[in-house]
Amino acid sequence: MAEEKFDAIIVGAGPAGVSAAIVLAKAGINAVVLERGEYPGAKNVQGGILYTKMLDEIIPEFWKGTDPAPLERYITEQKIMLLSKDSAIHIGYKSDKWKGEPHNCYSIVRVHFDRWYAKKAESLGAQIYTGVTVRSLIKQNGKICGVKTSEGDELLADVVIACDGVNSILAQSAGLIDEWRPEEVALAVKETLELEKEKIEERFCLDGNEGTTFEMFGKITEGMLGYGFLYTNKETLSLGVGCKVSHFQKTGITPYDLLENMKQHPILKPLIRGTKTVEYSGHLIPEGGYNSMPPLYADGFLVAGDAAQMVNPSHREGSNLAMTAGKLAAETVVEAKNKGDFSSRALSSYQKKLRQSFIMPDLFDHKDLEEEIESRPELLTDLPEIVSQAAYEYFNVDGRSKREVQSAILKRVFRHRAVRNLIKSELTFKNVMGLFKGAVKGAFKFKSLAKGN
Amino acid sequence: MASVEEKLGTLNFKNDHQSHIAIPDPKICLTQCKDKPCTKVCPAKVYDWVESQKKIVIGYENCIECGAARMICPFNNIKWEPPRGGFGVSYKYG
Ligand SMILES: Cc1cc2nc3c(=O)[nH]c(=O)nc-3n(C[C@H](O)[C@H](O)[C@H](O)COP(=O)(O)OP(=O)(O)OC[C@H]3O[C@@H](n4cnc5c(N)ncnc54)[C@H](O)[C@@H]3O)c2cc1C
Ligand code: SF4
Repeated sequence: MAEEKFDAIIVGAGPAGVSAAIVLAKAGINAVVLERGEYPGAKNVQGGILYTKMLDEIIPEFWKGTDPAPLERYITEQKIMLLSKDSAIHIGYKSDKWKGEPHNCYSIVRVHFDRWYAKKAESLGAQIYTGVTVRSLIKQNGKICGVKTSEGDELLADVVIACDGVNSILAQSAGLIDEWRPEEVALAVKETLELEKEKIEERFCLDGNEGTTFEMFGKITEGMLGYGFLYTNKETLSLGVGCKVSHFQKTGITPYDLLENMKQHPILKPLIRGTKTVEYSGHLIPEGGYNSMPPLYADGFLVAGDAAQMVNPSHREGSNLAMTAGKLAAETVVEAKNKGDFSSRALSSYQKKLRQSFIMPDLFDHKDLEEEIESRPELLTDLPEIVSQAAYEYFNVDGRSKREVQSAILKRVFRHRAVRNLIKSELTFKNVMGLFKGAVKGAFKFKSLAKGN
Repeated sequence: MASVEEKLGTLNFKNDHQSHIAIPDPKICLTQCKDKPCTKVCPAKVYDWVESQKKIVIGYENCIECGAARMICPFNNIKWEPPRGGFGVSYKYG
């Protein structure tokens, strides 16, 4: 492979890289994907929920035909559980609307999916080399013009697209980022649990290939910022938990003990009863979002997906952002090739495309969420227990009148130190002014809308 | 309760003869680092403080390549890079 020259080199055969490769192959651009795993997916971990819309835009109707994607179950129900040490409050949504095609989303086994997606790309003309670790970028007069592998091979190209995931060596090598800070990433551990198909369907009340998802907050993260998840696959369950690396550092809680304790939680235990662990895995999730994004382009260089912190953790979306970003990066390369200009100015239209897509608006709108939660640690430590105790009293019949019970609940909730702190921190001058401003703005908007009618 | 060793037993590794992880200055671990967060945060228990040797022993063969090692050492004393092409962990499910 020494000293070959391509139009484009894509590093990483995850959702971002393969999506880019497909778009370039369809446009007849001479591109190559370099993947360090023995096969595509070998290094990759996902919960994993795959959203239909973004993949459909790359591989239309990928769920059917002669070579459909290896999908596990289509999701018709999504649940959120707030766990205290011995109880759970459920909020959920199940709908027949999600039964029809195209389904909103599917559970997937990430390795199976990645292998299929890479094969699909190859069948459309993409070239993918596996077992190749890229160590650094090659630069000439400040312009990036190729990559160097761990075996010392050099490959040249007009443009390099970094789709190398959260541990992006390329964005570092390009000088776009230093190391992520422990506050900018979460560490997740997961187990794949085997269980007969019929048992899964019975246990989770699923009709045929329907699937369900649980995101779990509260006690299971021991006061760290993060959450657990449980997803149904065809013949396995995906169970995992992820928290900020900085919080693991601070608390000294080990990730595998956290997962093991979660499995022992009295509410979760029956859901995973009789399962066999067929795989343990661990991976980072970039959660710095908009505030942590590196510059997305340079001379001869583009960054897409996890490598650029494109994850929306509050909606567990990442792979879909990676696919769309990979596609937009490739479209930018096609334009650049037509113009014969791979300078950072020519490639800057990538950023514009991202802004016009859902990616930048979503990342921007969620940019301060984690920080806000972190500034109110009570939300993670005391609140699950308080809410759970209130629910217990509300549903428990103990001979007191309802009036008595309700006033006792309210009194206890509002006297709790954590709730008082929370209210105090919300009742700042700035927040009150903000509320007031919002109300005035809203009133004006309402008035002008009414006039328009 | 399944131990981390049992969990790691579910995985396939193809090990390189050379480590992809290094601790450039073991003295820092001994003299400056009280909490030794690497021994706790790593999900594969790759970093183990061995009292008799007074140093961190690196079990790079168990590394599941999450990459957390790149940011968990407060003294920036862990040098972690992805294993050479084709080596390391290979997930079956992921
Ligand atoms: C536990 C967990 C649960 C998640 N759940 C969901 C979910 O339910 N839904 C969702 O949409 N997203 C989820 N995500 C996020 C999602 O997995 C990522 O956002 C997505 O995989 C990003 O895709 P990517 O292509 O940017 O990076 P990756 O998928 O990480 O792909 C990067 C690729 O580059 C390769 N690579 C890296 N470095 C090099 C190198 N130097 N040389 C050669 N190759 C290299 C890697 O081996 C890998 O194949 C989850 C993540 C985790 C960890
Ligand atoms: S955290 Fe860093 S300094 Fe501390 S023991 Fe581990 S490698 Fe050494």
